Amino acid sequence: MSTFVYMTRCDGCGHCVDICPSDIMHIDENIRRAVNIEPNFCWECYSCVKACPNHAIDVRGYADFAPMGHSVRVRREEEKGTISWKIKFRNGTTKDFVSPITTKPWGEFIPKLADGDKPKQGEINSQALYTEPKGLNIDGELPSVPKDSFKKGVYY
Amino acid sequence: MMSINPYAMLAETISPLAIQGFILAMLALIVIGTVVQMIHHKNLTYFFNNAKKAKLAAERELGVGEKTSVILKTVVHDIATTAELGAGKRRIAHVMGMYGTILFWVASVVLVFGYTGTGASVSTIWPMIWHVGAIMTCVGGYWFWLFLRVDVLAEANPWYRIIKADLFVLALLACATTGLAWSYFQSSGSAELGYLFLILFITSNIVLFGGVYWSKFAHMIYKPGAAIQKNLAEADGSRDNLPPLADAPKQFGLGIKREQPKHY
Repeated sequence: MSTFVYMTRCDGCGHCVDICPSDIMHIDENIRRAVNIEPNFCWECYSCVKACPNHAIDVRGYADFAPMGHSVRVRREEEKGTISWKIKFRNGTTKDFVSPITTKPWGEFIPKLADGDKPKQGEINSQALYTEPKGLNIDGELPSVPKDSFKKGVYY
Repeated sequence: MMSINPYAMLAETISPLAIQGFILAMLALIVIGTVVQMIHHKNLTYFFNNAKKAKLAAERELGVGEKTSVILKTVVHDIATTAELGAGKRRIAHVMGMYGTILFWVASVVLVFGYTGTGASVSTIWPMIWHVGAIMTCVGGYWFWLFLRVDVLAEANPWYRIIKADLFVLALLACATTGLAWSYFQSSGSAELGYLFLILFITSNIVLFGGVYWSKFAHMIYKPGAAIQKNLAEADGSRDNLPPLADAPKQFGLGIKREQPKHY
């Protein structure tokens, strides 16, 4: 239940990598196309699906929401400011929805990340994500659980 | 240098038949590499399955005329100008490299089979096309590889970090660069350097065409096919299950100005 990439449509632009809040969309080193490196950690936020300019990303939805033979696809039209959804049920029924991307003036409530400082190489290599740990309201290091505090042995 | 056929000069020491044989061997490597890749990656199966699904989901059947029109539009707009890359530097670099490579290869075949060997006529136009093609390939290719590829532009990796995906572009650049250097040194009378770059030119050609199975070479075949399939799916209403275009021109908000990805 996660995103996957149609390789014939992806052109490796990197928009999905940029937007993924879980940092699991990466550029594959063999074919230079986007790939979800950790499908288990994908929570189907659809950010990458919407950001993809080539509609190259799709999602295998949860069975209760969209059972076998289903399809949930989205089209983002930036110039119109719209997000369109097409839900296709396995009995062939389809539903189309159109929603606004935003009704607020663009950029007013969104940080302009491109204007920010370029990070240093140490920050790029760090495990911490952008604004961490300050953005989590934590001073100093991220909290960790010491290994010796784990229960030992097999337990269920 | 630009108007001198480098293959004609080479034919004074190497048999023209050997040069022609080399070109045919490279063509054979492309065919073998692509077919083996098709069998292993099941690309054709994917395309046919996709076409079948699209036919089932089609809202209307396209006539031969409509299909031809869609395919022609795709060739002119999507394929000839690499429209999927949008407006920007990547597209300019790709178009430059693409047409440079086409000119370079076509001119190579014409020069070797038409203007090389004893008694062959002399052309000044085709050598010019060969050199211009190689220069365009270098400009577009180096621009892409040094500055525009996603690893460098968005991921902040250094330009010298080489990955498997670079096999195609680097082999192509090596061909164009060593080809130009070979032509220059051969025409300027530096025999040793001429031979050195000839050997490098031959080696890079073998890597480029021999590496079809492992490299992104076959994208030249699959990408146009995928573009045609995508546009046919838009025209027949199946749209790969995508929703139709929103009938709401600038109704919501102010639209968005997309930023260049910088995911570090």
